[in-house]
Amino acid sequence: MSAEASYYVPEQSKMPILMAAAMGLAAFGAGRWMITGDSLMCILGVVAIATMMYFWFTTVIDENLRGLPSAQLKRSYVWGISWFIFSEVMFFAGFFGALFYLRNIAMPWLGGDGVGVHNPELLWNGFEAEWPLLHTPDQALNGENAKFVGAHESLSYPGLSGLLHWLPLYNTVILLFSSYTVHLAHHALKHGDNRKKFNFWLGFTVVLGLIFLCLQVMEYREAYGHYGITLTSGIYGTTFFMLTGFHGFHVAMGTLMLAIQLLRSFKGQFTADDHFGFEMSSWYWHFVDVVWVMLFFFVYII
Amino acid sequence: MAHGPAKGVTRWLFTTNHKDIGTLYLWFSFAMFILGGFFAMVIRAELFEPGMQLVRPEFFNQMTTMHGLVMVFGAIMPSFVGLANWMIPMMIGAPDMALPRMNNLSFWILPPAFLMLASTLFMEAGAPNFGWTFYAPLSTTYAPETVNYFIFAVHIMGASSIMGSINIVATVLNMRAPGMTMMKMPLFVWTWLITAFLLIAVMPVLAGAVTMMLMDINFGTAFFEAAGGGDPVLFQHIFWFFGHPEVYIIILPAFGVISEIIPTFSRKPLFGYASMVYATSAIAFLSFIVWAHHMFLVGMPVSGELYFMYATMLIAVPTGVKVFNWVSTMFRGAISYETPMLFAIAFVILFTLGGFTGLMLAIAPSDIQYHDTYFVVAHFHYVMVAGAVFSMSAAVYYWLPKWTGRMYNEAMGKLHFWISFIGFNITFFPQHFLGLGGMPRRYADYALQFADWNMVSSIGAFIYGASQILFLYNVIATIVAGKKVSEPKTWDGANGLEWSLPTPPPYHTFTTPPDASVIEENSTVAH
Repeated sequence: MSAEASYYVPEQSKMPILMAAAMGLAAFGAGRWMITGDSLMCILGVVAIATMMYFWFTTVIDENLRGLPSAQLKRSYVWGISWFIFSEVMFFAGFFGALFYLRNIAMPWLGGDGVGVHNPELLWNGFEAEWPLLHTPDQALNGENAKFVGAHESLSYPGLSGLLHWLPLYNTVILLFSSYTVHLAHHALKHGDNRKKFNFWLGFTVVLGLIFLCLQVMEYREAYGHYGITLTSGIYGTTFFMLTGFHGFHVAMGTLMLAIQLLRSFKGQFTADDHFGFEMSSWYWHFVDVVWVMLFFFVYII
Repeated sequence: MAHGPAKGVTRWLFTTNHKDIGTLYLWFSFAMFILGGFFAMVIRAELFEPGMQLVRPEFFNQMTTMHGLVMVFGAIMPSFVGLANWMIPMMIGAPDMALPRMNNLSFWILPPAFLMLASTLFMEAGAPNFGWTFYAPLSTTYAPETVNYFIFAVHIMGASSIMGSINIVATVLNMRAPGMTMMKMPLFVWTWLITAFLLIAVMPVLAGAVTMMLMDINFGTAFFEAAGGGDPVLFQHIFWFFGHPEVYIIILPAFGVISEIIPTFSRKPLFGYASMVYATSAIAFLSFIVWAHHMFLVGMPVSGELYFMYATMLIAVPTGVKVFNWVSTMFRGAISYETPMLFAIAFVILFTLGGFTGLMLAIAPSDIQYHDTYFVVAHFHYVMVAGAVFSMSAAVYYWLPKWTGRMYNEAMGKLHFWISFIGFNITFFPQHFLGLGGMPRRYADYALQFADWNMVSSIGAFIYGASQILFLYNVIATIVAGKKVSEPKTWDGANGLEWSLPTPPPYHTFTTPPDASVIEENSTVAH
């Protein structure tokens, strides 16, 4: 019997349907939360999802330790996670697309570009299109009564003199460096099975991830408290928080994934040629890193 | 792994078997087809005569919205996923889908999602009423509060589609039997591979679109609010960036089904196999760069209109290749007209008609006349119903004997076909006239001059609706008491690995991959 012939097809499993129930609970709870303000059902659902993920991943790890997956099944996992990351890329692409459209097409039109197609004087008299958008069309028209109040200041590139006080630059350095440290960890494991070095660099990466998240929280506090950048400050605040927010969420997930790999390494679960959980988490980490570079460029610099 | 299915209901709840999950998908989609069909009957009953008779206009809007959502996301898409689950492992000689537990999950999150969506009908605020395309600001500023349930339901459906697609891609790329090279795969497998790619690429964008809605509605962001610098037109761009590939997601697996059935009943291999693969890929590629042809009236610059017009018309080229190949396959074939073949031939004719009206709509200056009229409704029902649903009916008749080991009633199948075919055309052909005459879509009432054709259309819809009961009866009667068949090939002209298996196939098939000689003997590709 060849390796191809012994593909591991699991027996019946209770996990998927419990997970489906958890997801249904979370989704219905989320809808209810938005309408009634009561978040309990949603939180229960999310906790149930996290619990099911724990059991599911534990099962898969256990199966791997028992040697059930063939090389072919492992290739299925590789395809699975690769296409999952591709779907994440497309999710961010949607939000980047929104940013480009709002900045380069919608806003100039609101400001009077393309006269003959639109007539801004009738709609948003006095609005001037300028990025970052700090003075919304709403303010131009309604002044004090505006619902969308722009920020006092943006977080964009402050020029050479302010460079050292510019938080995003630090975040960029940290995240780029963390991509390198996770690579060093991988290298230590793959070439020479140096567990000590692997744990060190992986732990280092997790710490960098946590520092990034802390700085991100600081930046948000700064944005809300001092800069007046909020979710309701028009498209600048909207795109800023949605893009960096979803990215930050992905960093949090990536950090958690890497931290779990570190715990698994302490349990001695990886070998030089079998460490897919770690490898997958590191791909995810690199993906998160690339998204940040895009963010740094399109949200902060230009 | 050698043993058969578990007993009782746990077989369906906990299953990891691709055939069981395929069956679940197929029945679920049929239930949704009935539900969405019921909504359609309400619509046509109200439009039977001018004036308001049965429902209030607000409820009419809920019906058009729910009809579209349920049919697209609940009936058509899951039905083809069910078919993929049943057929792809058997067609490529794989023991199961690549990730069997995730396969179960991607099915079982669908019922909660649709339960949630349907439950909004019974809520005080009413169901979503902004059309299945849920344009902002109708779906944000002016939406009922139940839009929140709609948003999370779409998230769940998206998760289901993405997981299902990842599974299909992993299966096709990784699980083929040795010797089953890419260019030997049956066309149904090819079309699904490309469909799965499209799904993974655009479902996250849809998730992004509904997330933006959620934020605008509940958290004060300004994506679609001009006052904050946003733009409702942005919603349309994002939606159609998803929505245009979505229509190919629906129709490509149907192309695959037709490409299996026509060669069987023409007793000739598919004409131009390789060109079919390339045409499918070309359609998938083009589907990403034509989305704004749905938006010719939003005030795009002329250069944009021209670009999207010409790019859209390009799609006619690979689609034409396909129609040419199907017709050439039939040319000088020893054709017999069993029910699947009847549906397949009707598909080719009616889908082509829908394609031609699509070309008319693609011409920007003409679209100003047709936009948002019943002409559009007629156009997309020619491709959705006579395209996707007819091919699904064809697929069920074609593979049902293989799945169940029982033969359906041929006379009743043909009756179902003819009533469907006639009912469908009575319903939707007059809608072309209504649209050209200027009747707008999604209205609960209409001007008197549209009365006659609306009545004709409604009568056709009732006929088409009733014919589906016949279909349901025929399928159940086959499963329960159909004449037993046991030869591997139900159809003498059939090719493909699934026909090398016993009828009905054992619970687990190809636990060891088939020999290269078996693959060669049963190949669907001309030698």
